[in-house]
Amino acid sequence: MLDQLKMPARNYLNNGHGLASWLLTKDHKRIAIMYLISISVMFFLGGLFAVGIRLELATPAGDFVQAGTYNKFFTAHGVIMVFFFLIPSIPAVLGNFLIPPMIGAKDLAFPRINLISLYIYWIGGVFTLYAMLSGGVDTGWTFYTPYSATGSNSNVVPVALGIFIAGFSSILTGLNFIVTIHRMRAPGMTWFRLPLFVWAHYATSLVQVLGTPVIAITIVMLAVERGLGFGIFDPSRGGDPVLFQHLFWFYSHPAVYIMILPALGVQSELISTFSRKTIFGYSFVAFSSVAIAVFGFIVWAHHMFVSGISTYAAMVFSFLSFSVAIPSALKVFNWAATLYKGAISFETPMLYAYGFMGLFTIGGLTGLFLATLGMDIHLHDTYFVVAHFHYIMVGGAIMGYLGGLHFWWPKITGRMYSEFFSRIAAILVFVGFNLTFFPQFVVGYLGMPRRYHSYPDEMQVLNVLSSAGASVLGLGYLLPAIYLVWSLKKGEVAGPNPWGASGLEWQTQSPPLTENFVEVPIVDREPYEYEHVAAKEKHLV
Amino acid sequence: MKIFGIPIFPEQASTFAADVDALYFFVLATCAFFAIGVAVAVIYFGIRYHKKHDGEIGARIEGSLPLELLWSVIPTIIAMVMFGWGASVFYHLRRPPAEAMHIYAVGKQWMWKFQHLEGQREINELHIPAGRPIKITISSEDVLHSLFFPAFRTKMDAIPGRYTELWFEAQTPGEYHIFCTEYCGTNHSGMIGTVKVLEPAQYQAWLQGGSMEGTLAQRGAKLFNDLACSTCHLDTGQGRGPSLKDILGKTVDLQDGSSAIVDEGYLRESILNSQAKIVKGFQPLMPTFQGLISEENLVALIEHLKSLSPNATTAAAPATGAAAATPQPAAAAVEKK
Repeated sequence: MLDQLKMPARNYLNNGHGLASWLLTKDHKRIAIMYLISISVMFFLGGLFAVGIRLELATPAGDFVQAGTYNKFFTAHGVIMVFFFLIPSIPAVLGNFLIPPMIGAKDLAFPRINLISLYIYWIGGVFTLYAMLSGGVDTGWTFYTPYSATGSNSNVVPVALGIFIAGFSSILTGLNFIVTIHRMRAPGMTWFRLPLFVWAHYATSLVQVLGTPVIAITIVMLAVERGLGFGIFDPSRGGDPVLFQHLFWFYSHPAVYIMILPALGVQSELISTFSRKTIFGYSFVAFSSVAIAVFGFIVWAHHMFVSGISTYAAMVFSFLSFSVAIPSALKVFNWAATLYKGAISFETPMLYAYGFMGLFTIGGLTGLFLATLGMDIHLHDTYFVVAHFHYIMVGGAIMGYLGGLHFWWPKITGRMYSEFFSRIAAILVFVGFNLTFFPQFVVGYLGMPRRYHSYPDEMQVLNVLSSAGASVLGLGYLLPAIYLVWSLKKGEVAGPNPWGASGLEWQTQSPPLTENFVEVPIVDREPYEYEHVAAKEKHLV
Repeated sequence: MKIFGIPIFPEQASTFAADVDALYFFVLATCAFFAIGVAVAVIYFGIRYHKKHDGEIGARIEGSLPLELLWSVIPTIIAMVMFGWGASVFYHLRRPPAEAMHIYAVGKQWMWKFQHLEGQREINELHIPAGRPIKITISSEDVLHSLFFPAFRTKMDAIPGRYTELWFEAQTPGEYHIFCTEYCGTNHSGMIGTVKVLEPAQYQAWLQGGSMEGTLAQRGAKLFNDLACSTCHLDTGQGRGPSLKDILGKTVDLQDGSSAIVDEGYLRESILNSQAKIVKGFQPLMPTFQGLISEENLVALIEHLKSLSPNATTAAAPATGAAAATPQPAAAAVEKK
């Protein structure tokens, strides 16, 4: 059947040629492609710093780079990965590309604002990278005062301002999605017919719009503290260094949900599609995204149990932190139940979805260890925390991103990649990830503090395992860069719906037209109905 | 615990260690149960319901309210057990017994300085007796640090401008790691040390071999004279500053009509920022000592002031207690004038 397929003569990729047709486009799909290229560059750079970190930690002595350089490495790794890769990753690439066709729209509500948000991201990124190359910053991505205000001699303010700038990109994208989801749905696309991917992005967008201004304000406070000598965080002038932590985590804890919620949305699409079965407990999965977004705003001080907050404040925040676990657990149970009596197959995106289930579950459950007060006192700021959040952000968010990218790649480019190599890569990522980060739970409970340039000899074996795993993981990440680019020219033509998926985005050609649909679709079905997809396939045959 | 000679579990050297580890194994077992349960289910479903032919679709099952309730309520109950257990261990960790032996720690880029009441001072090394509760009051000369004893399962941040505290009771004599766990700049990973837990008799012997500087309070008394505190703060109450005898734990009335409890935080603020709280009936004459006195000398001075209140039962709690939740500026004030 595949050899009958041809690339559509007219699509968004050949509608206009030359650089200007890209840089001045208002097409959400082209903007998404430019985001894809940009964040891939950022991911590569952030990864290079991770290589530096793992090389240093292969031996207990600090002998690969000097301490100051090492500190700049992990700061650069954190800043680039969090603010310039993870936060924009799924929303700005997959969300941007897919939300309009998923809801039957021609574009986002504000196409120009969408393009502006990309330019703001670029400006913020260039600003930050320049500040890092011209000296770097050594505060860690958390910028804790008073070290960031008075202790550090590095480029704190320029890097922080780059993050400040990029924040507006995030706010505008969130705003655009919220308005689009409210106002641009096709006739018949009710709220409860929205794909769960869209629900997850709606929840994410709320966090982006409400949370990001707080980090912007915090950065301004840090800049005036450092640049103009204000005493906001300086105890010798009546300020309080711990205040910074409250403000920072008020954004940066919800920011974790900016990173993971979209991946949860991808996961729901993958699980349903590759088991050819409607999602179990649709409304519970949908509302759990919103619940996670809301609860995410009231747990920030669980990062501060040993920061001098009172015993009772710590208890309140511990209690609230457990509340986030419930909607997260609910999602995992519903995905597992979706598989029951499905018609399951294991194409590459489903391998990522299975990997995601394992890693997200471990990442979520180890969060319980940290929310448990008596234990967090021991675990706080050790490698246990590093392992936990990498299970969420790398095991969760990046697995979700890669799963989604492989799933929608034929939609985005119109072509298939090598199934063989992509499965190999998915397995390498899973194995390499666990080898890298599982030993860190052990070495963390053993007491190894994070951000250590050198460490006691008895912890070497676990660190070597971790460094070895990182090289496998790195290989798993490099492979897709090769076979995905290869597929652009040589890949088989995919056709509109190679997976037999049910979403509206699969009803249009691949790659889609600039306006997504020939005529505005009218939605008369519930989401995730595979009966009609099967009927259509049969009809085609 | 070791596997092939590689330590994979930290030594249990304090009374907390067993409590924290019991909690850890409970949470670990519970989480392993759920993680393995989910893994077995999805792998089993993946095999059992593998797609057999093209065009096959799954059964249409929309959901089940009883199941949703079941797997919301049960995890909630389990989470509440974890919360309650964790909170009770934590509460214990945060409440030093009144009879605890007192040590001061100062974090400074990049070393830990410890001062014993008996006068001994150590850097990156801490000698303590086994079998006695020990309370450490922590402060910082510069940026944030965090004093971490993995073998005791406890840590606490050192925060410039205020006192925090932790306590533990070491059980097993031996040598254990001290780490700084709050990133503090270039040589953060060099800010490490060794805590040496001694048998009580050995500890006494170690104390005897200490310096000849006198006790911490005696050093403080000397500072009290050297800094000319003694010219105004007369014991008679007739000086230009209030008498400091028997004030610890008392409530003092302030010029602005409010009142303050005299504790370590109050004494600290009153020395460093003497204008912050003026005792009723006195003039704001005292100079501020912010930047003029090191954290170590400050601690000695406070120890001297505390020795003037021999009958005070509670060594006033520092800023980790319930009272200090809010970001109030550093401390309370002094009776300076």
